[in-house]
Amino acid sequence: MSAAVPTPTPVLDGDTAPARVRTEGRAPRRPLHTVVGILILAFMLFPLYWMVNVSLQPAGNAVATPWLPFDFTLRGYTTAIAEQGGNLVTSLVVSLGSVVFSLLVATPAAYAMAHFKFGRWSTVVLFAILITQMVPGIVVANALYSAYTDLGLLNTTIGLVLADSAAGVPFSIILMRAFMGGIPASIIEAAYVDGAGHVRAFFSIVLPMSRNALITAGLFTFLFAWGDFLFALTLTTTADLRPITLGLYTYVGSFVSDWSPIMATAVLSSLPAIALLVLAQRYVAAGVTGGAVKS
Amino acid sequence: MGELVTPGRPGTLSTPPAVPPAERGGSHKLRTRLVEVAFIVPAVVYLLLFFGYPVVKNIVMGFQEYTTKTFFTGEAPWVGLANYRTVVGDAIFDRSVLNTLLFTAGSIAGQFALGLAIALFFHKRFALSGVLRSLILLPWLIPMIAGTAVWRWILDADNGALNRILSAVPGLDLSPNWLTSTSLALVAVIGVNIWLGIPFNMTILYGGLQEIPEELYEAGALDGATGWRAFRHITWPLLRPVVTVVLVLGVVYTLKVLDVILGLTNGGPANSTQTISTFSYDMSFRQFDFGAGAALGNILIVISLVFAVVYLRLNRRAVDE
Repeated sequence: MSAAVPTPTPVLDGDTAPARVRTEGRAPRRPLHTVVGILILAFMLFPLYWMVNVSLQPAGNAVATPWLPFDFTLRGYTTAIAEQGGNLVTSLVVSLGSVVFSLLVATPAAYAMAHFKFGRWSTVVLFAILITQMVPGIVVANALYSAYTDLGLLNTTIGLVLADSAAGVPFSIILMRAFMGGIPASIIEAAYVDGAGHVRAFFSIVLPMSRNALITAGLFTFLFAWGDFLFALTLTTTADLRPITLGLYTYVGSFVSDWSPIMATAVLSSLPAIALLVLAQRYVAAGVTGGAVKS
Repeated sequence: MGELVTPGRPGTLSTPPAVPPAERGGSHKLRTRLVEVAFIVPAVVYLLLFFGYPVVKNIVMGFQEYTTKTFFTGEAPWVGLANYRTVVGDAIFDRSVLNTLLFTAGSIAGQFALGLAIALFFHKRFALSGVLRSLILLPWLIPMIAGTAVWRWILDADNGALNRILSAVPGLDLSPNWLTSTSLALVAVIGVNIWLGIPFNMTILYGGLQEIPEELYEAGALDGATGWRAFRHITWPLLRPVVTVVLVLGVVYTLKVLDVILGLTNGGPANSTQTISTFSYDMSFRQFDFGAGAALGNILIVISLVFAVVYLRLNRRAVDE
């Protein structure tokens, strides 16, 4: 399958490597294209503009929202933070937990699949990971609900962290396996000559060289866990532990007359994605193509 | 995937391959092997617990009367195929199968066509193209529930932005009940899902376009293949493997979509947007008939597996070519 898929551009250690080798440097101007491109973007991002616009409007009732937030107020945000602030913290804790857990599980596995001689077993695990992509979330939730009830994991942070990693673990393995496969075996073997075992070679050679792949995997794992709705919906039953996605969903269901705090909540829940795109763009590019390899 | 290039540290590339530590003795060899296995065990255990176990458990639950009572008594009597008979006999079932097919086909067609068009457009590089292209990813990166929340307000019949834009068009006097009419809700849900899926399709297809060597177009241009003919005879054949991946991935992911529909309509009005996935959720978590929910989940897996087989076969052929 690998031949069919765009391989993730290896984001290499340091800034020495060019990200793309194609005719870099001389982008033709083509102002008409830029105008059309902006129109396409405006069309795609209108809902996000609308989200921000409504969140800044003072009108609490369900009248037609003005097109521009001239009369803007932060009332929506103060209400949202007062009512959903705890849920934002819950999401943050769960997402960070999921990043730590997923990387701990996925990084050694990715290295093992890339460099150890497991023969056919490496292919079996890879195939199993691809198959996991076909398992519907509702099937996982259905089984986990009864298992979590027996184990006392319903309404627990650790329960959500484990379930929310169901997207991050396979994704991170595939992404990092592809990257680590690009580390020449000779570099690792040199460490063996110096007397290092697998564990030391992994920590002192492989991990530092894979820093950027780790960052990409971590960022996407964070977004997967942050955006999770299904496990939040099925594996929590009280308002005590409620991720922001579920908070937003119940908010929409109960407060439909007052859209500005709802949209303020939506904006707040979108902040990690926006921050990621602005601050870590090159990791995003690597992650999206890795997402193709994932399945 | 052998073409990855990593800068060699000076001096290390010329180092001759070391004697593998494994050759130094039997017990050492075994210990090294155990360490190697230990690297991969946590991931395998996790995948077994969070994917293997749920699939097996669902197959078993599908044959059981598994309700809230089960959680108190611990008993889940075997009922054979009763759950399957119940769900397939349910009037909602036919509707949900049809909706699943329409939702998947409509979403994939829209996402792919628009994603490809935008990818082709951005393939011609121009000022700001890189920035614009990466910003298009935003709808895909934000939580789906946030996206569906704002669409609910945009699609509102009386005060929604879409109908206000429509009413501004002269000669057009209509304000459709996008989300509350049984005939339009599915169309609206598909539309929102297309919006969500364009970034992913666009990005993967753009990546595929970048892999096509520029020289082919130059050679084609000499033979008079430009514009549509260049697309037809150069771009499309070379993009085919990527297209296969995007389409089959899209189908597998779209079949199991739940967030979009729950966020927009909750499967309503009157089950007009109910799919197998939401029907399964409804059975398990609203009616607490986990056996019936599991049966529906299993039907969904079978449908996905059929596509998986198609995927692997198409893909093998694509690799062979």
